[in-house]
Amino acid sequence: MSGGTLSWSSFTARFPWWAGSVTTVAILGAFTIYSIFIVFFQPVGEYGGYLLSPMYSPPVPSPIDWLSPAIFVLWIPLGFRLTCYYYRKAYYRAFLWDPPNCSSKAQQREPRSPENYSGERNLWVFNNVHRYFLYGSIIVVAFLLYETIRAFFPDGFGITIGSLLFLLNVVLLSGYTFGCHSMRHLAGGRVDCYSCVRGGNLRRKSFQWVSVLNGRHMFWAWVSLFSVWGADVYVRLLMAGVITDLRLV
Amino acid sequence: MSEQDAQQKDMASKAHADVHQDESDAAQGTTRLKIFRGDAEGGSEVEYEIPNIEGMVVLDAVLYIQAHQAGDLAVRWNCKAAHCGSCSAEINGKPKLLCKTRVEEYEGQEIRVHPMRAFPVIKDLVSDVKWNYEVARSTIPFQSDEQAPFIMYEEDVERLYEPKKCIECFMCQDVCHVLRTHHKHPEFAGPRFFVRNQWLEMHPKDTQSRLEYLKEGQGGIGYCNITKCCTEVCPVNIKITDNSIIPLKERVADEYYDPAKWLMRKIRGRRSPKTGAVVGRNGNRNGG
Repeated sequence: MSGGTLSWSSFTARFPWWAGSVTTVAILGAFTIYSIFIVFFQPVGEYGGYLLSPMYSPPVPSPIDWLSPAIFVLWIPLGFRLTCYYYRKAYYRAFLWDPPNCSSKAQQREPRSPENYSGERNLWVFNNVHRYFLYGSIIVVAFLLYETIRAFFPDGFGITIGSLLFLLNVVLLSGYTFGCHSMRHLAGGRVDCYSCVRGGNLRRKSFQWVSVLNGRHMFWAWVSLFSVWGADVYVRLLMAGVITDLRLV
Repeated sequence: MSEQDAQQKDMASKAHADVHQDESDAAQGTTRLKIFRGDAEGGSEVEYEIPNIEGMVVLDAVLYIQAHQAGDLAVRWNCKAAHCGSCSAEINGKPKLLCKTRVEEYEGQEIRVHPMRAFPVIKDLVSDVKWNYEVARSTIPFQSDEQAPFIMYEEDVERLYEPKKCIECFMCQDVCHVLRTHHKHPEFAGPRFFVRNQWLEMHPKDTQSRLEYLKEGQGGIGYCNITKCCTEVCPVNIKITDNSIIPLKERVADEYYDPAKWLMRKIRGRRSPKTGAVVGRNGNRNGG
């Protein structure tokens, strides 16, 4: 029989049903361990007075010496990601196996009995706080934008690898934050009749713009996670003197 | 089905078989399929071997077996063009339209065809999907203050095209673990009916609210944990989770879980999502 082109679904079908869950657990687990390590056992990620790690922005002073200032910042993006509709799907599948995959074989492995399954009821209704984390995350992204502008001024205007990395990070984080499902609802998703309400056309346009970003929400969710991670690692390598921030302009 | 209908269907089936007979002369090699044979009491897989024909879909293979090897094999089908949603079944554990799935997609793999498991099996590949029509009857129907035909603007109805693509194949219902694994049929409507409710809720001329039905009633949207299996299997590519379920969940959150919205309703009164006008003062959805 003829082969034909390999589609994404036929490509993923070649992996066992648990492969996706294991990958998600590995990446999110590694990021969590890394975050805990740098927050509790490493100094503030800042280099040269112009590169502040995104994990410490906005720079909130810690009232207790041994407590990292990141504690007062990270709960916002962390809460935003924990309650995000995409990450909910990812961790329900990967960590709770509810279900681990869509195949019938995988669904037979669900650990919860029908009596114990409650979906997003009971305590999980607190995921509805997502929209409030969105509001907080917009403020955090605004501070990251400010830090990115600062990154372009190492000593007067200049473009370095670090400043480009920070720019990439804020673009990816904006794509993730402003493409969120709650943002889509807020922008115009809740309106039923755009021609009937004041500013309806603007709300419709906003809804459409957010929908474009939202269409690739999974992409933004992962790449923005890696960009935050990468930016922090880069700053720490600079601090340790392992590399220098190469100036391009 | 009347006797005349049955005869017509039988002739169509034989016509397919004849075509396959002609094509099988030019076929190269064979394909093995394991097909569930049984009924509500139980059953088992039976293996069949058919000649390979380029471009053949699984429904062709099943009809070939029906015509040449197992005349009593039950399969539901109609248009053979992925429009009627009749031939839904499970291939290797995943819901698929038999008429839209090529045999060559499974080259080098076993092909195991089963009926949809979220519903009772009638016979072989035919499931009893009547529960879905009971859910359809429980859905709060469209109601408007205006008399049809309506004058509506494109900008207000563009979101309504996607849910209207649904062909009611019920594969999203079949793959949904809330129904399939946890058997929440009495208290959960399922993805197909969230698509239906999204269409109704977002219709600019509809005046009904379905949020209470979705949260407290048979809708049971809280059971959905948005794992997107329904979106993965939809044969007409409706983004069920992103465009139907999550927007409905956000509306339920507006109504029941957002303290700021609740406070605003208390102070400013309830505003209609259709017109933006204040429609009630005391926080009741219907503006009482």
